[in-house]
Amino acid sequence: MYRTLADAIADAEARGIPLSQLALETEANDQGRPVEEIRDALRRALVVMQDAVTRGLVGDLRSTSGLVGGDAAKLRTGPDGPLAGTPFRDVLARALAVQEVNAAMGVIVAAPTAGGAGVLPAVLTGLAAARGIPEERVVDALATAGLIGAVVAERASLSGAEGGCQAETGAAAGMAAGAAVEMLGGTPSQVGHATALAQQGTLGLVCDPLGGLVELPCVFRNATGAAIALAAIEMAMAGVTFAIPADEVIDTMGEIGRAMDVRYRETAGGGLAATPTGRRLAKERLYDLKRA
Amino acid sequence: MVSLLDIIGPVMVGPSSSHTAGACRLGLLARCLVGGTPDRALIELHGSFARTGEGHGTDKAIVGGLMGFRPDDERLRDALGILEREGLDYQFEKTTLDEDAHPNTVRITVERGERKSVMTGSSLGAGRVLVTEIDGYPVSVTGNLHTIVLVAEDVKGSIARIATILSDADVNIATLRLSRKSRGGDAFMVFEVDEQPGDEVRDAIRGLSWVKWAFRLDKVSA
Repeated sequence: MYRTLADAIADAEARGIPLSQLALETEANDQGRPVEEIRDALRRALVVMQDAVTRGLVGDLRSTSGLVGGDAAKLRTGPDGPLAGTPFRDVLARALAVQEVNAAMGVIVAAPTAGGAGVLPAVLTGLAAARGIPEERVVDALATAGLIGAVVAERASLSGAEGGCQAETGAAAGMAAGAAVEMLGGTPSQVGHATALAQQGTLGLVCDPLGGLVELPCVFRNATGAAIALAAIEMAMAGVTFAIPADEVIDTMGEIGRAMDVRYRETAGGGLAATPTGRRLAKERLYDLKRA
Repeated sequence: MVSLLDIIGPVMVGPSSSHTAGACRLGLLARCLVGGTPDRALIELHGSFARTGEGHGTDKAIVGGLMGFRPDDERLRDALGILEREGLDYQFEKTTLDEDAHPNTVRITVERGERKSVMTGSSLGAGRVLVTEIDGYPVSVTGNLHTIVLVAEDVKGSIARIATILSDADVNIATLRLSRKSRGGDAFMVFEVDEQPGDEVRDAIRGLSWVKWAFRLDKVSA
């Protein structure tokens, strides 16, 4: 797979093909498997993503510790806010839904990780529903997301323990933004700008879950990560460009991750996990868990 | 090399690719060492596995893996209950392994009938795992491919003999690693292969007079 997004964008534009096609062909070549087999696997992943959205929106799930659950449904049935009835509110609901399923030990696609699994399905399925985009184009978008994620894995990290949440929901936002721009008809160059715009908005984001569990703030950070992706998509589709190329923004994420104190890398030693309330809730809930 | 399907995947039961999916894969690999669901298992959790494992379902994931459940199997959620019904005797302990051990490491001792094996493995993130030790031998098994591990007396031509058995069964060798404790001492071999070797391959290797034991570990990645 490609190690720099700039190379992939240049190759796709030179050949006049979308990044998804380039990603599928490269993967098929790398793995010695036919393109259709890769697309089949991505199609199966999309079905799991759609099922997780549907399951989470029911609203009856609670996480192992009981700290999270039921909030996705509030965006469907709760009182209107200023963005009621828009794709924005729907995408937030879907992001919470998938991450609530994850926290309740339901089935999700780790894309790129379980902790950041809500962003990509929320943005892609939400916008596809809003714009009537056929399923095969969403499958293609997953290939583009995979290409962007592979570049992040090579250049920086996709692990909260290594790079903080900027490497999980941040990377997911970059992947979702780029993939959605292609799905909506943007050029490979616009995909690059969308990725850069989303990833820059999450630089420095720490991984600070209560008790070390993928629950709080993870569920909500998937929703805010999806919101950042939507902002990047709207800007990139309008022709807004970001002066620092996506590869360099990704490198910056890696650099910040390496400099990040261990307290902010999934250890529950700092951030929200170390607040008085965070400590109290973790202690109560984990104690309950052990008694159960 | 990073695969697109590693990024868009695995499909898994939540909540954590390292603490749940990776833990399940380590259980699956330990199960292979005794050729089925163990009668008894001692599961020693180290580092972050010991600290936050319960909330992540690491316990359920490992015992689910020991019973042959894969990371996307919803039965993982109730694995401890199912396990008790199956009559499998398991015990969890918190331990401290070497200080350079990966934070998500587990040592699993499995027994089934006459067989007993000890495996140490780590969950590296995004569901990827690495088995670092089997029965005291340092190994490096990722579960990305079907794998044959064996201990043999240090005799000449041993690798060629095993390669022949594999090629006769139409099984292609992807990688081979060899280590030994001392010259003339036991040799430890790890063959990663592209096709799943059948029982007859394992039995043919076990049938060699100089092979002390051999195991087939299944591919556990997607």
